[in-house]
Amino acid sequence: MADSGLLESLLRLVEKVDGGLDSQDAVGELGVEHQAVVGAVKSLQALGEVIEATQRSSKHWELTGEGREISEQGSHEARVFNAIPEEGLPQSQLMKLPSGKVGFSKAMSNKWIRLDKAHEGGPRVFRTVESIEDTVREKLQLVKNGKSSQLEEKEKNELKKRKLLSEVTIKSYWITKGRNFSTTITKQETELTPEMIASGSWRDKKFKPYNFEAMGVAPDSGHLHPLMKVRTQFRQIFLEMGFTEMPTNNFIESSFWNFDSLFQPQQHPARDQHDTFFMSDPALAREFPQDYLERVKKVHSEGGYGSQGYKYDWKIEEAQKNLLRTHTTAVSARMLYKLAQQEKFTPVKYFSIDRVFRNETLDATHLAEFHQIEGLVVDYGLTLGDLMGVLHQFFMKLGITKLRFKPAYNPYTEPSMEVFSYHEGLKKWVEVGNSGVFRPEMLLPMGLPEDVSVIAWGLSLERPTMIKYGINNIRELVGHKVNLQMVYDSPVCRLDS
Amino acid sequence: MPTVSVKRDLLFRALGRKYTDEEFDELCFEFGLELDEITSEKDIISREQGDQKAEGASDVILYKIDVPANRYDLLCLEGLVRGLQVFKQKMEAPRYRRVSAESGEPQRLIITEETAGVRPHAVAAVLRNITFTQNRYESFIELQEKLHQNVCRKRTLVAIGTHDLDTISGPFTFTAKAPDDIRFTPLNQSQEYTATQLMSLYKTDSHLRHYLHIIEDEPLYPIIYDSNGIVLSMPPIINGDHSKISVNTKNVFIECTATDLTKAKIVLDMIVTMFSEYCAEPFTVEEAEVVYPDGRMVTYPELAYRTETLSADYINRRVGISESADSVAQLLTRMCLKSEVVGDDGQILVEIPPTRSDVIHACDIMEDAAMAYGFNNITMTTPRTYTIANQLPLNKLTELLRMDLAAAGFTEALTFALCSQEDIADKLGKKITETRAVHISNPKTAEFQVARTTLLPGLLKTLAANRKMPLPLKLFEISDVVLKDETTDVGARNNRRLCAVYYNKSPGFEVIHGLLDRVMQLLEVRPGRKRGYYIQAAEDSSFFPGRCAEIYAHEKVVGRLGVLHPDVINGFELTMPCSALDIDLEHFL
Repeated sequence: MADSGLLESLLRLVEKVDGGLDSQDAVGELGVEHQAVVGAVKSLQALGEVIEATQRSSKHWELTGEGREISEQGSHEARVFNAIPEEGLPQSQLMKLPSGKVGFSKAMSNKWIRLDKAHEGGPRVFRTVESIEDTVREKLQLVKNGKSSQLEEKEKNELKKRKLLSEVTIKSYWITKGRNFSTTITKQETELTPEMIASGSWRDKKFKPYNFEAMGVAPDSGHLHPLMKVRTQFRQIFLEMGFTEMPTNNFIESSFWNFDSLFQPQQHPARDQHDTFFMSDPALAREFPQDYLERVKKVHSEGGYGSQGYKYDWKIEEAQKNLLRTHTTAVSARMLYKLAQQEKFTPVKYFSIDRVFRNETLDATHLAEFHQIEGLVVDYGLTLGDLMGVLHQFFMKLGITKLRFKPAYNPYTEPSMEVFSYHEGLKKWVEVGNSGVFRPEMLLPMGLPEDVSVIAWGLSLERPTMIKYGINNIRELVGHKVNLQMVYDSPVCRLDS
Repeated sequence: MPTVSVKRDLLFRALGRKYTDEEFDELCFEFGLELDEITSEKDIISREQGDQKAEGASDVILYKIDVPANRYDLLCLEGLVRGLQVFKQKMEAPRYRRVSAESGEPQRLIITEETAGVRPHAVAAVLRNITFTQNRYESFIELQEKLHQNVCRKRTLVAIGTHDLDTISGPFTFTAKAPDDIRFTPLNQSQEYTATQLMSLYKTDSHLRHYLHIIEDEPLYPIIYDSNGIVLSMPPIINGDHSKISVNTKNVFIECTATDLTKAKIVLDMIVTMFSEYCAEPFTVEEAEVVYPDGRMVTYPELAYRTETLSADYINRRVGISESADSVAQLLTRMCLKSEVVGDDGQILVEIPPTRSDVIHACDIMEDAAMAYGFNNITMTTPRTYTIANQLPLNKLTELLRMDLAAAGFTEALTFALCSQEDIADKLGKKITETRAVHISNPKTAEFQVARTTLLPGLLKTLAANRKMPLPLKLFEISDVVLKDETTDVGARNNRRLCAVYYNKSPGFEVIHGLLDRVMQLLEVRPGRKRGYYIQAAEDSSFFPGRCAEIYAHEKVVGRLGVLHPDVINGFELTMPCSALDIDLEHFL
C-alpha cells in the first residue's frame, strides 16, 4: 500500500477539482513521480468505491536531449551569431566552436551573417544584422512549459525532423470521485473474525468486497460411479412398482438353466463358442432337479404341453456345460422353477439388474460384460395388453412417454415385442428394450399352472446411462479405463427429467 | 437376425405397387421386419473397396431387410412377396402339392450304411419344368446360401445340393468313402481331384474353408453318385461340376444331407415351396423316394399341412382383445395360417402350411393373430397383480454402504469381472493354483481368462489409467468376485466384496485403517477381541512385509488390509505407495 499521506493528498486534490483529474496533472501538484501517483490510484481502488479511475492514454511532445540544451542555451545558429564580434571572426576559428558547423550554415541561410572569402588573413565571418530573434529556442521553451499546443503541427514536425522534439504516448488515469468518496482513509477488513463478533467492532469496519465472478473451492469429497447411480434409480423404479429383487449373484451358470430351461434348442447359435464364454474349470454342473430335467428333455426332443417340440436328440452333456451367464433370465428361470414348487401358487413381480457376459466382438458400444435390467410379472390371465401397459408405466418413470411395439423373435418368448421410443433429438424411433410372454414350453415343465402367464422385459443399463451422460465410448464409462474426472463431475441422476 | 437383400423395383413390381421408403419401412415394422438399409451394389463396393472398384457396378437400389431368425419362409424375394401380399389381402396363400412323377418312376436316393458315422440323413425332391430368369436364378442360389447360414447352422446340420436332372440319371446313391477313394471334378474346376486334394485346395478358399472342419477328421467322407458313377456332390463341401445348374436348367434335382433330419425336411420344404412358383404347374413339387439302409422307404418332400384347433377365447384372453371367432380366423388367414370357424362355440381350425415350421404351439398362432391385429392397436391395461416389493438383503446392504463410502471421501470404481490370470496371480505375487479362480475355456484374448477372485487388480488398473489426476486418489468398489465352491450345483459361487485403495506419496496405512474403522462403525461392529473386530499382523505376498494385517470380526477372518508390496505396485505400472483394504461383506448380512 502506498503511504497514506500521499493517498490523502491525492484525495484532497480530487475533491478540489470539478469533474475529474488526470493523474499526469497530479504529478506537478503532488511533487512525486507519475509512477507513485499510479500506485496511489491503485491502492485507493482496492478500498472500494472511494474513487473511480479509468485508464486512458494521451500523446504528448517532449524535448530531446539536444532540444533541452537549445532551450537553455539557444539554438546553434544564435550561438554562432552571438560569438561573432563587430570586427568579425576568422571562419576557421568559428568552426572550432561547439555549435560551429550546424550554426554556421543555419545562420547563413537565415542571412544573419556573411562570409568574406577574400579577406586578408583568410576567410572571415561578419554579422549582417544588428540583432536576431531566436525562434527555435522560443518554440522549444513553449514545449518545455507544456504549451506545445500553441505550436502548429508543421512547426512541431520540423523540430521533430531536427531531432529536437519527440512524440511520446503517456498512460494515465482519469480520476473522479467514487460512490464512497471521502478524503480520509479507513482500512478495509478482509474477513469477519470471532473477535469482531464478540466485540461488535464489525459495525464500524469496512469489508473488502468479494469477487463473485471467481469459482469456489471444490469440496473434498468422494463420488459415486454414474452407471451405479443409474442402477440405483432403476432399482428405485422397480421398488416403487412393487417388484421384488432376484438373487442374481451367480455369474457362473449351467447351460441347462441358461438355455435348456428356456426352451432354447441345443443347436441355437447363441450356444456357440463364438458367442458364449464356457468354463474349463469347473467345466460341468453336477446337480439338476432330475424330474424337471426329464420334462425339459422331453419338450425339446419330442414336444408336449401342446407343442411340437424341436424334434432333435437332446443331450445332457450339452446341458451340463458351465458358462458365464449370457442373460439374467437364467436366474428368472431358477426363480420361476422355485415358485412352481410352492404348494400353492402366488402371483409375483420380480426384477434384477446385474452383469451378463457375451463372447462378442468388442466395439465402442459393446463390451464382453454388461448389466442387464430385467422385470417380470407372474400371474393368472396376463395379456399382451398387460405387458404393454406395464412397459408404458415403467418407461413413463424414465421420462419416456411415446412407445410403440414391433413384432420380433426370441426363442423363449411368444409373442415377442421390441420396444421403440420416439427420440426427440434424433427425430426417429429407437429401440429401447425387448419384451415378451414366456413360452408354455418353458413354464409348463417347471410345473406352473396352465393359466399362469409370465410377461417380461429387459434392457441394458449401459445404453440409457451413455445417453443420459452423453458418453460415446463405453470404455470411458465401464472398466478401469474410466476417466475419474468424468466420475467426479457427473451430476445426480434423475431419469425422468 | 438374417438380412435379405432384394432389388427394390423388382420387389415393388411383384407387390403390384410402389411405396415410398417410409411407407415400406412402416409396412415392415407392422409385419415384424426391419428395413435395415437402402443401398446398391455400387454403394456397397465403394464403401468396402473404394470408389475406383465400384465403377461400372450396378446402381440398382437394394433393400436390405432384417428377417426374424425363425422365419425361413421370408429369406428370399418370392417368400417376402407372398407373405406381404397375403398379409395385405392382395392374394390367398398358395396350396403346395406333392405330385407323382409323370413317368410313374420317381427319382430315388439310396442311403448306404457307411453314412451312419458322418451324415446319416438325406431327403430329396424334383422341381419339374421350371423357368428361371437371371433374377430368379440368383434368388434361388441366394436362398440356399441364406438357409445354409441360418437353419443349416453353417452346413453342420444340413447341406443343400441342387442339380440339373437332365445331366444325370438315377437312382442316386448317398454313401461315404475314404477321401483318397473319392475323385471328381468339383464345381467350377476343370480337372479331377481326390477328396484329400480338394480339402487342401479349399484351405485357402475364403468361402469354403469354413466348412472343411465338419468332415475333415472323419475317416469316410459323404458322397452322392448317380447310376453312372458321376459325382453329384460331396456334402457339405462342394457339388460336382457335371450336374451344375444354370439359368437354362429345366428340371432340378434337390438333395439335402443332414445330421438333423427335422431340419433337413424343413430346408427341403422351404426350397420347393419358394421356387415351385416357377414350375409349369405352379406350386407343385415332384416327389422323390429315399431308401434307408434298413430298406425303409420314405417319400419327400413332406409338404405336411398340420391343423390345430383353438378357441377365439384363447386368443382374446392371451392378447387382451375381444374379437369374434370369424374375425380371429380372418386375422390368422392373413398370416398364411388358413383358418375357419368350426362349430358354434368359437372354435377355430387353423391349418399350418409347410412354410411355417416356426409355428409349433398354439402360442405361435396367438402371436400371429396379435400381429395381424396390430400390436399397436391393442389397448394397454394394468395387471391387477398385488405384490409387496422386497430388496435382496445383500444388495440393500451394498447400496447403503456405497453411499457412506462416498461420504467418507472415496470414489466409486466399476471394474470388469473378467480378467487375465496374471492380474489375479503373478501381478499380486501369488500362484494361480493358490487362487480359487474359475477358468474360461474359450477366451478370445487374455483379458477374459478367468473371473476375478479379488477386486484389487481392477482398482489398481483404474489408478494406473488415472495417474494424471491430482493425488491422493481414493477409490472403492463393492461388487462380486467368483470362487470355486464344490458345494454348489455349478461348482462355483459369487462373493460380495468391499475393496478400497489409497494412493499417494506416502502409503497412508492410517487412512485405510481409518476407513476400516468407519466401515465397522457403519456395520455396528465395535472394536474388541471377542464380539467385536480387531486386526492382527499377517503375512501376505501381495503386501509389504510387516505392513499387512488380517481383519477379524466376530472371531472370523473377514479380510485384510495393508501397504502393497512394491513389486505389486510396479506390476500394475504404478509409481507411488499404496495401501488397500479388502473385506468379505457376506459376513455382515
